[in-house]
Amino acid sequence: MSVLINKNTKVICQGFTGKQGTFHSEQAIAYGTKMVGGVTPGKGNQTHLGLPVFNTVRDAVDQVKPDATVIYVPAPYCMDSIVEAADCGIELIICITEGIPVLDMLKAKCYVEASGSRLIGPNCPGVITPDECKIGIMPGYIHQKGKVGIVSRSGTLTYEAVHQTTALGFGQSTCVGIGGDPIPGSNFIDILELFQNDPQTEAIVMVGEIGGTAEEEAAEFIKHNVTKPVVSYIAGVTAPAGKRMGHAGAIISGGKGTAEEKFKALRAAGVHTVESPAEIGLGVKEITGW
Amino acid sequence: MNLHEYQGKELFRQYGLPVSKGFAVKSAAEAVKASQEIGGNMWVIKAQVHAGGRGKAGGVKLVKTADEITAFCDRLLGTRLVTYQTDADGQPVNTILVESCTDIAKELYLGAVVDRASRRIVFMASTEGGVEIEEVAHSTPEKILKMEIDPLVGPQPYQARELAFKLGLNDVQVGQFTKIFMGLAKMFQDYDFSLLEINPLVITEEGNLHCLDAKINVDDNALYRHTRLQEMRDPSQEDPREELAMRHGINYVSLEGDIGCMVNGAGLAMATMDIIKLSGGKPANFLDVGGGADKARVVEAFKLILSDESVKAVLVNIFGGIVRCDMIAEGIIDAVAEVGVKIPVVVRLEGTNAELGSKKLADSGLNIIAATGFTDAAQKVVAAAKGV
Repeated sequence: MSVLINKNTKVICQGFTGKQGTFHSEQAIAYGTKMVGGVTPGKGNQTHLGLPVFNTVRDAVDQVKPDATVIYVPAPYCMDSIVEAADCGIELIICITEGIPVLDMLKAKCYVEASGSRLIGPNCPGVITPDECKIGIMPGYIHQKGKVGIVSRSGTLTYEAVHQTTALGFGQSTCVGIGGDPIPGSNFIDILELFQNDPQTEAIVMVGEIGGTAEEEAAEFIKHNVTKPVVSYIAGVTAPAGKRMGHAGAIISGGKGTAEEKFKALRAAGVHTVESPAEIGLGVKEITGW
Repeated sequence: MNLHEYQGKELFRQYGLPVSKGFAVKSAAEAVKASQEIGGNMWVIKAQVHAGGRGKAGGVKLVKTADEITAFCDRLLGTRLVTYQTDADGQPVNTILVESCTDIAKELYLGAVVDRASRRIVFMASTEGGVEIEEVAHSTPEKILKMEIDPLVGPQPYQARELAFKLGLNDVQVGQFTKIFMGLAKMFQDYDFSLLEINPLVITEEGNLHCLDAKINVDDNALYRHTRLQEMRDPSQEDPREELAMRHGINYVSLEGDIGCMVNGAGLAMATMDIIKLSGGKPANFLDVGGGADKARVVEAFKLILSDESVKAVLVNIFGGIVRCDMIAEGIIDAVAEVGVKIPVVVRLEGTNAELGSKKLADSGLNIIAATGFTDAAQKVVAAAKGV
């Protein structure tokens, strides 16, 4: 088992024939992901990377019945693409694109919630279940099939957590990048719940960062609902207040959203926190006794 | 991106909201002329900087004569205003707003933000205007009234009425408040604001509502669709290095330490700062070269780091995903050749083509300290910065 995606997940790509869509679809196919086609308006009936191209998501759904879609279209068009995917009933929508206006996300998220689809991202590396299915921009080869579930707001810090858990031989069940935006499609809680219910996942790594209160909400959730060991690192102890640290969502405002507060809430919930980003793997080793 | 008060009020005027008659000027002579144009015998003059707390810092004054106006302008124009919200250097004063005077009976507060927790635009209103709202929120949170805007339905007049009656406004004022609320909510959505504040929203001696201040923050990600707002950008209010970085597609934030950092990914960049601190050093900057970094951008990033004279050592920390480590290595080699680096550079490469990148660096003959892991890199750069 794993969460969200596995070897049977049929995936389409929106923005398929673009530079990003092409490059990462090639990588996904090489990894073994069951890509079944893609969407680029105006290029329907063509073939790209040996797969059918459709004009609309509706056509793709009718003909190849995808379980998931990955979105690489430029930020100004992402709300349109997300809503299109949700409207067509695709269960899992993963949006990689960075830089979507916040007000677009407020609307898109409302729509997705009402439709019953699940949105991961935007501004995220995607989701990978090692050796089965890779949807997104992460380097596949650093992953190893295993028992740690990883959820993170940051792309490269996810790779860091993957690298460390691979080096120690624990491997990963599934890695989910929820993205660095202030309004993410899915939150820590959504993914923690999946990991808690997944038999393959024996421990959970949660990588947070400054800004917002998602980590505090996750701590509250863990306290009452998660029985598996959780290791957490929060980036940005040294970040100054009022400055946006790269990610649109990484800002300490009005004294809220500091790393200290988040560490404190997580510790109070029984989470094993590590202060060094280089000790995430060791944290897992310590708490599990593996 | 922040807007100046005078720019915010221009938008208010366009949406039919009550603001004072005023002019933004750049010299004492223009300021005096503006006061004559406005008429009357008393004016408010306000320094235009991207920071709050201007009043307490001497950046706002009630004036009655041309001499007073001239004295104020001479004292402030071309200088930097330091308030409790700025750093020790303050913000440059290039523009002054001259406005007609308003007789105030009562000060209210009205603001709106994109609230992450509720995932809505949330309006906040309070009878406690004119003071720091963070203070009110902290000591008497019950005095802040909130109203969420549904992203799909948009603002509704009943929401304004609910707030207005709770604020204790009379019937005429409830009508005025509704107009202001609806206008602001529309403006917030039309122009992709991330924050909006009118502090104070006043009730005048005549009993009318009036917007006395305007603080606006715009979502940078949405600027592409607002040419008018792009023209309102005032680069003088931004850190010059941060401004330069932005033009090269680099995320950069100046800090006060002596270890320069070049990292890919915002999360890893923050984590790199954190591990430097844990190892006993102080980061000089946050720098994310971004996922789509090419060689030219790496060179620019390097130049940017080295332009900060307090930097005593540099740490390059790359976890290659889409970004290839060998490309980063080439960028470093080019940068060193171009600008000449005299301080120690510690490099940790991991992920895509890491070995090839390390080999390129080793073969370059440059004085680069190779690190074998994240912790090792941090310890080596801290030692290097200390001259050990």
